[in-house]
Amino acid sequence: MTAAGTGVLDRLKQRPPAGPPTATRRRRVTAIAVVAVFAALPFAGLTVPWVLPGPVDVLNSTGTLDVLGLGFVFAAVALGYDVLFGFTGLLSFGQVLYFAFGAYGLDITLSAWNWPLLPAVLATLAAGLVLALALGATSLRGRGIAFAMVTLAFAQAGYYLIEDNPHNLTGGDTGLVMSTSRLPAMLVGVASTRNLYWLALAFLVVVYGVVWLATRSRAGAVWLAIRENERRAEVLGFRPLPFKLASFTVSSLIATAAGMVYLLLVGTAAPDSVASTTVTVSILVMVVLGGAGTRWGAVAGAMVYVYLQQYLLKVAAQPSFATWPAAFRVPLSQPDFLLGVIFVLFILFVPGGLSGLSGLSGLSGLSGLSAVKGLSAVNGLRRLRELARRIARTTTGRSRKGTR
Amino acid sequence: MTADRSPAVQAIGLHASIGGSHVLQGIDLSVPAGGVTALLGRNGVGKTTTLRSLIGLVPPAGTVRVLGHDVAGWPTHRIIRLGVGYVPEDREVFSRLTVRDNLRLAETGPGANYERVYELFPELGQRSRQLAGTLSGGQQQMLAIGRVLLVDRRVLLVDEPTKGLSPKFVSEVVEVLDRVRETTTVLMVEQNVHVVRRLARQVVVLDHGQVVHTGQAAELEDEDLVRRLLGVSA
Amino acid sequence: MSTFIAITISGLALGAVYFLVASGLSLIYGLMDVLNFAHGVFLTLGAYAGWAVAAHLPQQNGALFLVTAAAATAAGALVATVTELLLIRPLYGNPVGQILVTIGLDLALVGLLLGGFGANSRSIQVPGWLTGVTDAGPERIPNGDFVALGTGLAVLGALTWFLGRTRYGIIIRAGAENRDMVRALGVDVGRAFTLVFAVGGAAAGLAGLLNSVVFNSGLVDPMQGDQMLIFAFIVVVIGGLGSIFGAAIAAVLVSLVQEYVTFYAGGGSGLAQLGNISVVLVLAIVLLARPRGLLGRTA
Repeated sequence: MTAAGTGVLDRLKQRPPAGPPTATRRRRVTAIAVVAVFAALPFAGLTVPWVLPGPVDVLNSTGTLDVLGLGFVFAAVALGYDVLFGFTGLLSFGQVLYFAFGAYGLDITLSAWNWPLLPAVLATLAAGLVLALALGATSLRGRGIAFAMVTLAFAQAGYYLIEDNPHNLTGGDTGLVMSTSRLPAMLVGVASTRNLYWLALAFLVVVYGVVWLATRSRAGAVWLAIRENERRAEVLGFRPLPFKLASFTVSSLIATAAGMVYLLLVGTAAPDSVASTTVTVSILVMVVLGGAGTRWGAVAGAMVYVYLQQYLLKVAAQPSFATWPAAFRVPLSQPDFLLGVIFVLFILFVPGGLSGLSGLSGLSGLSGLSAVKGLSAVNGLRRLRELARRIARTTTGRSRKGTR
Repeated sequence: MTADRSPAVQAIGLHASIGGSHVLQGIDLSVPAGGVTALLGRNGVGKTTTLRSLIGLVPPAGTVRVLGHDVAGWPTHRIIRLGVGYVPEDREVFSRLTVRDNLRLAETGPGANYERVYELFPELGQRSRQLAGTLSGGQQQMLAIGRVLLVDRRVLLVDEPTKGLSPKFVSEVVEVLDRVRETTTVLMVEQNVHVVRRLARQVVVLDHGQVVHTGQAAELEDEDLVRRLLGVSA
Repeated sequence: MSTFIAITISGLALGAVYFLVASGLSLIYGLMDVLNFAHGVFLTLGAYAGWAVAAHLPQQNGALFLVTAAAATAAGALVATVTELLLIRPLYGNPVGQILVTIGLDLALVGLLLGGFGANSRSIQVPGWLTGVTDAGPERIPNGDFVALGTGLAVLGALTWFLGRTRYGIIIRAGAENRDMVRALGVDVGRAFTLVFAVGGAAAGLAGLLNSVVFNSGLVDPMQGDQMLIFAFIVVVIGGLGSIFGAAIAAVLVSLVQEYVTFYAGGGSGLAQLGNISVVLVLAIVLLARPRGLLGRTA
């Protein structure tokens, strides 16, 4: 690595998080407080009307805890994806493959082969690692769009393979129900909801820690350099490929692990919930919604997404829903519509996502990836004004074209 | 010498960045109407970027006036339609279109004059159905210049028109520019000092993204000045 | 042997539909560097428009089917144009953002269709002869195959003429090579962008109708566009982003691989999706051997 390269790395690493040390401490305290609140939630038997996503309006009901647990799992996946997309700037459509691999891998080892839990987990992780390295090295031979398309292709191939139910392993369309015979009692049965909830929360915290360490390490600085301008990173003396592969592998491994936790939580692995392009799109939406490249943005985006989705499903399932006027009923009966609209609005007007809105993005000044260009709400407002002006111009005709 | 006509092209405090690199750091430039102004400087000082930001291919910060209009922030095609022609460095002809289609593309102003182009560059007429990518370097340069002369232009921005050309083509290009400058203001980036001396009236010298010298082309007879400003011997 | 011919014709017909979808995608990417994930929903909306119009027409015959086809084409063109003006333009200079916004649009519109129509299919009213078959020796070829094939060839011809002979065709081809230089000649590339989206959307809408009528027994459902989109992408990437002719060749390649593998190998191994998996593998192989695709434009 050249001297200039080392200098760039140092400069990137020393870039302070937004604000003076007291702000950092405040953020750290907030983070711990939030985790503590969530950890304590299963003990809170409060009745909270309207807002909760589960069928029962009690804070620590099974429904609420299940949804939150799901949110934690997807937050972890989103975090992993943020490493690849937000920090390294690699648009990939294939992380869902590893999520599915984790879910199905654990499912098959537990249910079809009857392994105990720990070996099953370790084996799935190891196999996932090998898969990630192999496919990652292959996919990364392409740049940009070619890379994105290859990842999409592999993920689709995975989906088809699962649907095909080779050797009756995957259960095909209907999915594979997890056999609980080898699981510790803690994770099975009526009382398991709380334990699984805490497992998911703990998992998210661990993943967050790993991602935090990785992105703040030397490798993380190189990822940012690659994101900004891969050619320039090369000129400065880094060989991008090993770093890209590392980013890809970290992201995929997190997805694999999350897939396993998902299976424990939900109990079934089905192609449409863990392997389809729908999931890919969801992850993308979560990360962009929350703000790519900011870590906690991915978490926030995922929690908001899962919450909205489950809440809308609950609303649509209510008996009174059928009596709503069609103008409300049709758009709201499918969470996808609302989520899609919010996604589009965010891309157009709030490119920095939720974290950009709150002004706490820690990456002010690094604007390599176009999607995170202008990490502030100010940019979004300017775009809004521009759009209004453009609409006004097209509706009032081309009278101003060509004249001074 | 006072100009009793306002300059055809003017830049005041022009800044521009490319890929994070702050290339233009406050250019103040005034191109008088009529005649040829040469833009000189060593490699990498921002000559091409200056031309490109005048027409908005690189987003300019600061003031840019073309033919009396404030054009900073205008879309490129709108600036061009004021009567500006641009001949880029490296020609940039469309290699998968025929010569004729390359010319057709430039038909955006009033009165496309194909005869004028074919008269200036007879070879283009002979090869009109040939794919531009198969032309020689010199022929591509003819095409690059020919297409901007298809319609009447009031300003021509020309970037190193003689770069990489054999002497035969160099003199052809010089002849064409010589004829054109009678009716059109030309701002020309050129490394070939002989060409500059032959065509230019005024010279502007750039260094590190700023103007360091403005003067008459005749001054370039002074070899010391040339060496000092451009680091080359004339 | 005659079965082989029947499968081949069926494959070619499917390839024609793929080509219709892929040609628009290829043009859009070639000129604008935008991967339009909303293309699938243009297709679906075209099919629904065809269904809606056909439902109001009296008993179908050939001429009225043309009306249905025109409606599908127009619907696709309209949605595509609005998409370009409202969503793509504001994000100029932000190619990743443009890709993402098309994904969002796809998500929202499919959601809306699912909400409005449910996941169940609707049936398009078509002329009787379209669902019939023609005897060709020992085999019976569905008439729909001929219609699809004919349409594909006609559109290929029309696009080739458009790109080669018209002013906007020249602008689009030049723009795919060097957008900035086109601007520097005084041409408003933005209009070409909108045009290219409109043309792509029109072809997609028509493809949606044909897909429903010929390959789906006249059924229309909200998910059909997205299911086809994957294959269209594969076709575009294999053929080379930006090349119409490449898209045509790749479309035929992909569809034939799908048909042959499914028929000859799929049944035996119990892997119904083998045809699809093979296509995906072909994509991976082509991309890794030749990242630009078969006839892709240079960098």
